Amino acid sequence: MCAAPVPAPSPTAPIVARCQELFDDLDFGAARRWKAAAPGRKVVAFMPVYAPRELVHAAGMLPLGIMGAGESLEVIHGDAYYQSYICRIPRSTLELGITGRLDFVDGFLFPSLCDVIRNLSGIWKLLFPKVYVRYLDVPQNFTPGMADEFWVHELQELREGLGKLAGVEITDDALRDSIAVYNENRRVVREVYAYRAAEPWQAPSSDVYLLMRAGLVLPVEEHTRLLRDWLAAARSEKRQRRDNTRIVLNGVFCEQPPLGLIKAIEMAGCYVVDDDFMLVNRLLIGDVPVEGDPLANLSTAYLTRSEETASKYQPDQAAKGQYIVDAVRRNGAEGVIFAAPSFCDPALLERPMLEERLDRVDVPYIGFKYAENSAQMQPVREQAGTFADSIKLWSTP
Amino acid sequence: MSKPESKAAGKSEVVKDLSMLKQKEMITRNYDALTSAPETGRKVAATFVPGNLNELIQVFGLLNNLPEINAIQNGMRKLSGDYILEAEKRGHSEDVCTYVKADLGSMAKGNLAPNGKPLPRPDVLLLSYTGCFTFMKWFELVRNEYKCPTVMLHVPYQGEGTTTRNMRDYIVKQLKQEVIPKLEQVSGVKFDIDRLRELMRESAKAEDDFVWVLETARHRPSPIDAYFGSVYYTGPIFTAFRGTPDASEYYRLLRAEIEERMAKGLGPITPEGDMKQQKYRLVVEGPPNWTSFREFWKMFYDEGAVVVASSYTKVGGLYDLGFRHDPDHPLESLADYAMGCYTNMNLPQRVGLLEKYMKEYEADGLLINSIKSCNSFSAGQLMMMREIEKRTGKPGAFIETDLVDPRYFSAANVKNRLESYFQMIDQKRRVASAA
Ligand code: SF4
Ligand code: SF4
Repeated sequence: MCAAPVPAPSPTAPIVARCQELFDDLDFGAARRWKAAAPGRKVVAFMPVYAPRELVHAAGMLPLGIMGAGESLEVIHGDAYYQSYICRIPRSTLELGITGRLDFVDGFLFPSLCDVIRNLSGIWKLLFPKVYVRYLDVPQNFTPGMADEFWVHELQELREGLGKLAGVEITDDALRDSIAVYNENRRVVREVYAYRAAEPWQAPSSDVYLLMRAGLVLPVEEHTRLLRDWLAAARSEKRQRRDNTRIVLNGVFCEQPPLGLIKAIEMAGCYVVDDDFMLVNRLLIGDVPVEGDPLANLSTAYLTRSEETASKYQPDQAAKGQYIVDAVRRNGAEGVIFAAPSFCDPALLERPMLEERLDRVDVPYIGFKYAENSAQMQPVREQAGTFADSIKLWSTP
Repeated sequence: MSKPESKAAGKSEVVKDLSMLKQKEMITRNYDALTSAPETGRKVAATFVPGNLNELIQVFGLLNNLPEINAIQNGMRKLSGDYILEAEKRGHSEDVCTYVKADLGSMAKGNLAPNGKPLPRPDVLLLSYTGCFTFMKWFELVRNEYKCPTVMLHVPYQGEGTTTRNMRDYIVKQLKQEVIPKLEQVSGVKFDIDRLRELMRESAKAEDDFVWVLETARHRPSPIDAYFGSVYYTGPIFTAFRGTPDASEYYRLLRAEIEERMAKGLGPITPEGDMKQQKYRLVVEGPPNWTSFREFWKMFYDEGAVVVASSYTKVGGLYDLGFRHDPDHPLESLADYAMGCYTNMNLPQRVGLLEKYMKEYEADGLLINSIKSCNSFSAGQLMMMREIEKRTGKPGAFIETDLVDPRYFSAANVKNRLESYFQMIDQKRRVASAA
């Protein structure tokens, strides 16, 4: 009698398992351990979608990305702070704070993503007066020369605030080093995305998602290594290629869908070839120059070479929404799935403009809403499945 | 003071003061100017209320069309519900700000002004990005229809509870290098800083009278209602009239009328007639509901509740904290104005302001009308209420409605909530007097 062959364990499995562990750990054990490993270490949290993590890093502190508490944490206190018609991420983030899960966090940055995150910065100030809380008013005026001075100045204030928190002076050289470290990370992040777009059967989106989430909680150097290890491991195995439909997933830049939802899309016959998860990892396009004034370099990178997303103003009407078409073309996608958190003004107001763009070039799309604790995956799977099938059907000659 | 018009409206007597007639006439004239723009050739700017640059817009002879005001008008005239449905039919989410949908739906249905004529296509969208993220998306959407020039004025938020030199310089730079040149180009009129100063001088006059009126609510009985009544008082100063002699005249008339009411010991004038008893003095946070505005107001009137201070009447500037348009520093002053609006203040500042109002206006409680549409106002209000209760020892109440979506105004719920709130205040009083 011969036993069925036991499939060889996937070489990526241990890496993904580690990321899953980090993802599941709502006590942020890894960041706590990092902090405890040496006296005087500090941790600075930040919300989506963009924070200049280089400044935190240059002060010797750990930037920690917070994207709500997902589906597993029962929100008890947070609901007392938010009405039912406000998205879920602020209440679960507050839940994390009130239940002491963020008690090791010394600073918290709230970027100007939307009014909910903006107002959460004020709540944090009132509830956690010992934490260094700063609202980051990321510029919206992209006319050349208009916002540079302002943003450099804001970055300088942030640099001083963080320096004080860390008890160090953040020098230009330290900043340059940090920029270089993040450049490297951004390069590998993009490599992972490019690899997935080229061979999506090799890179399940839920795995890529977990890898990118890990970047929010690990020291950047470690994250870069982890991504490299994963790329090497992924390239070393051959996975089965399916006849899935290649889609771009858009609208998921802030409150996160449950992991099950990402898996459901994939299981419904879609390969996700691009998305806007964890934009902070790759919002800046290309390397930030290391030579010269580091704050000016960071500012220019943001103002002139950063990804478009719903929370950024597009000054050129003719170009509005083109980025979704570019994402489709660049990644050889066949359709777009718009997924947005319920009550999310940025994503939901952006969507019709993107849809109009796609209509013009005949790219099909579907859309739905979710909450981070959505339990029902079946409707999503059915919707995505029908969408994938119809694309396949119509594209068959 | 003479009452020039008095007519029966159902059971209630509607009395119109001179100031009301004046404002009505101003609004009518403005809508006529807007709707006749295609014939007269006047150019039109569209912009938002908080931190608006009305004086600057006038320097260029542009008409000012404010989409929020159109949405309010359509809400009060019970048209917004259909417009919102129209926008939703066209793919806009039920979850987003209903001002935006009321505007887009109205555009889809001919964009009629209250005078029944179509509003003109704007020649420029002046995107004052002040105190609300949604403004940006709103004008991106509108721009998609009109394909007209759009000028972004990014007004930094008071995230740290203050304005800084850097923030101010940024705004002034945008004004000088972008907003003014663009408005010159659109209007064909050269920028004249002296004209701007003149308009700002006029603004400051009206602002003085406006503050005087708001502060009369410190008296007992209060001669004004600082929420329902005062949204009318904010009309000229928050919109297309600030800086005009008409606006100054309006506030002069209003002031004289309130002076007279005070001298006679009268309460505010309401759609139900003069308010006789004032059992409860409230501070209100949040915008009103417009689709059932009168019904909402009546619930307060029936209970003898007068609003003595509100945050909504500060969305167009915190004049009561001392800000005045300053003709000696015109651009800097526009910057300070834009940054100083209520929704551009951080939450601790908002709490501090409401606490101050509670104390200075000797209020019995804080009522929050939380608006489903508006994250800018609403996200954080429950925490604000708790904080005020803690700091003042006065009870807070929370009701939920919407601005212009009639589906979210449940009269029975609101009434119930108000009734139990007033009972709670009564009970607190009994306990206090027994102690
Ligand atoms: S989910 Fe949307 S509305 Fe909610 S905080 Fe995030 S960006 Fe803002
Ligand atoms: S979100 Fe609020 S402030 Fe912004 S446009 Fe809507 S109603 Fe106005």
